[in-house]
Amino acid sequence: MIVVGLATVLFKATGPVLLGSRTLPPALADVVALLAPVLLAALVVTQTVGGDNELVLDARLAGVGAGAIAIALRAPLPAVVVIAAAATALARVLF
Amino acid sequence: MSSYALRYREGARAALAVAATVWFFGASFGLVARAAGMGAVAPLVMSATTFAGSAQFAVTSILGAGSGAAAAIAAAVLLNTRYAPISISVASLFHGPLPRRLVESQLIVDESWALSSRGAGRFDRRVLIGAGLLLYVSWVSGTAVGVFAGRALGDPKDVGLDGAFPALFLALLVPQLQGRRAVAAATTSAVIALLLIPFTPPGVPIVAASAACLLGLRRRAR
Repeated sequence: MIVVGLATVLFKATGPVLLGSRTLPPALADVVALLAPVLLAALVVTQTVGGDNELVLDARLAGVGAGAIAIALRAPLPAVVVIAAAATALARVLF
Repeated sequence: MSSYALRYREGARAALAVAATVWFFGASFGLVARAAGMGAVAPLVMSATTFAGSAQFAVTSILGAGSGAAAAIAAAVLLNTRYAPISISVASLFHGPLPRRLVESQLIVDESWALSSRGAGRFDRRVLIGAGLLLYVSWVSGTAVGVFAGRALGDPKDVGLDGAFPALFLALLVPQLQGRRAVAAATTSAVIALLLIPFTPPGVPIVAASAACLLGLRRRAR
């Protein structure tokens, strides 16, 4: 548990401690700028169909699908979260 | 298209909804950890010092399944490796002496980081720190309730909260998909993650997928 805690502290500190407010060279800044969409896309995938060493297709897909429709309709962010949760719960009851 | 590129107040409001969800997950972590034989104090200490839900769940489920501590540690460390690239993406928001940067950086979690994202590589420091503090309080207090009264709360999956997080990340991803490079990088990342999920331990797909940001090295097509 201590090992996990320490490792997490170090990972989170990587950027702020090593780089701080230093300005990055333009090429590197272009790479770092893409980190947000890249990591968000990976989080969407792993949290929607991720399992323990397997792809799991379950009610979460319905939740993300409903969330996507809400996003397309420009629903506010809290509404997207609530709609996705409700659709996930509903799909879980139905199937 | 910037409907989710939230300003500070909107960010704060969205953080409240997310905090409620996180609180619930904290409670279920407390309950599961207690059931896995971790006692009452250890889960609380873990939530207060590690503050990374998925890794904490991984530790408890692996310990609960009777596997060794080494396997639990390895899984949790792998899961949290993503915080290296995540923290690098927001490094420019942190100023001042090293100890201060070290402490503030602990407020980086998936949700506070995602909410603070403004697109084009920019992030809102106030949202990151504010949402981080709020989520920290939710997570630790949720854990406490789960440890002592978790049974009364039920499973967050019953109310679909596990489907809420990926939808949140999707909502925050969409406004960032401006320009060919961002779309190409996000798509590449999603494909890498999808392909690796069946073959690698959890945590590896995200870190491997983050390599898609190297598409930023290509000359701008504009």
